[in-house]
Amino acid sequence: MMAALIFVVSVITLLMFFVSYCRSLMASSSSHMLSREVREVTGIPELPCGQDFVRVMQLLQLCPERREDRTGLQAVGTYFKILNFIEQSIARVVPSIRAWAEHERAGCANFAAVVLDRRIALSREILAEQGGL
Amino acid sequence: MPGPIASLIWYLGTALELAFVVCSIARNSFYRYFFLNLYLLLTVGTSVARHLILGWFGLNSSQYRYMYFYTDALLTLALYLALISLYLRVFGELNFGKHVRLLAVLLLLGTVIFSYAVVAQSAGRLSTLFAYELSQNLYFVGLVLTYLLWGAVIKLRETRTRLVQFILALGVYFSAYAAGYALLNLESKYSVVLTIGPALGCLLPLSWTITMWRHSEDSRLVPAQLVSVHR
Repeated sequence: MMAALIFVVSVITLLMFFVSYCRSLMASSSSHMLSREVREVTGIPELPCGQDFVRVMQLLQLCPERREDRTGLQAVGTYFKILNFIEQSIARVVPSIRAWAEHERAGCANFAAVVLDRRIALSREILAEQGGL
Repeated sequence: MPGPIASLIWYLGTALELAFVVCSIARNSFYRYFFLNLYLLLTVGTSVARHLILGWFGLNSSQYRYMYFYTDALLTLALYLALISLYLRVFGELNFGKHVRLLAVLLLLGTVIFSYAVVAQSAGRLSTLFAYELSQNLYFVGLVLTYLLWGAVIKLRETRTRLVQFILALGVYFSAYAAGYALLNLESKYSVVLTIGPALGCLLPLSWTITMWRHSEDSRLVPAQLVSVHR
């Protein structure tokens, strides 16, 4: 009984810290202004919405990978899946959660778009180096 | 000897711990986060020592068991110091450093006395039991302290990205470890549960290394975005 209680409490605190960790990852990229190219490629007008996340992730597959982004993307991707689950389950019962989940999903999409922006910049650098050679 | 998966997790964990130390030296932050580095260096040293003892005496030997529990207590103590060093960084600018140190020593003494009081009633192998009890209790104290520290970070609107992410990674690690222990007590018959604990141990050096590598000491984030609730 005690072990079960500890397990439940630990999982709740784990989720809380994980969500905050993902938010801190997203917050660290929130000041980044998306370039015009990324806006055009992704079709994001001003601010990304939750639906943009999947499309941006697909575009990310086409760019050369930056190692330092990989774990952050995985963490935010997991957070996005949790949010999707919340939207399709709890949000149907408690509608006020839907707005919150959508706001968070948009944050995930923005994070992915910033990573895409950096990867495009990296690709351009590589091309410039090859051109220089 | 441990199986191939357990060995792989062991090597991976040790490599990640070393990676953090190398990373903090490369980023000129070794002394700035000295206790975090000390903890991970001790973990690497302990891993090597445990591996040697395991090879010489075997998994079921009393030598390995003693070695395991004593080094575990030492590592928990080092992690406690690392956590207090993060407290000092958060409260340092408020000139609460002296109070934090005093409280940390008192809390540690209290935990030591409590652990001793628990094991003093049982007979035989008092020192091993004490090391085990101290380790368990310090883990619990660590989890509570991390939770409180996170509350302070939110309240004080801490903006230092590195500090925030170090604390959050520590919170994820403590919570996951506690959940792993509880799951082990609930369902120890499944072998997958036995590998969860060591696998979770890789999370802390991994996330700390990423933070150290990606963010400089000057890197800042917007504190409101950590707690914002959309209305």
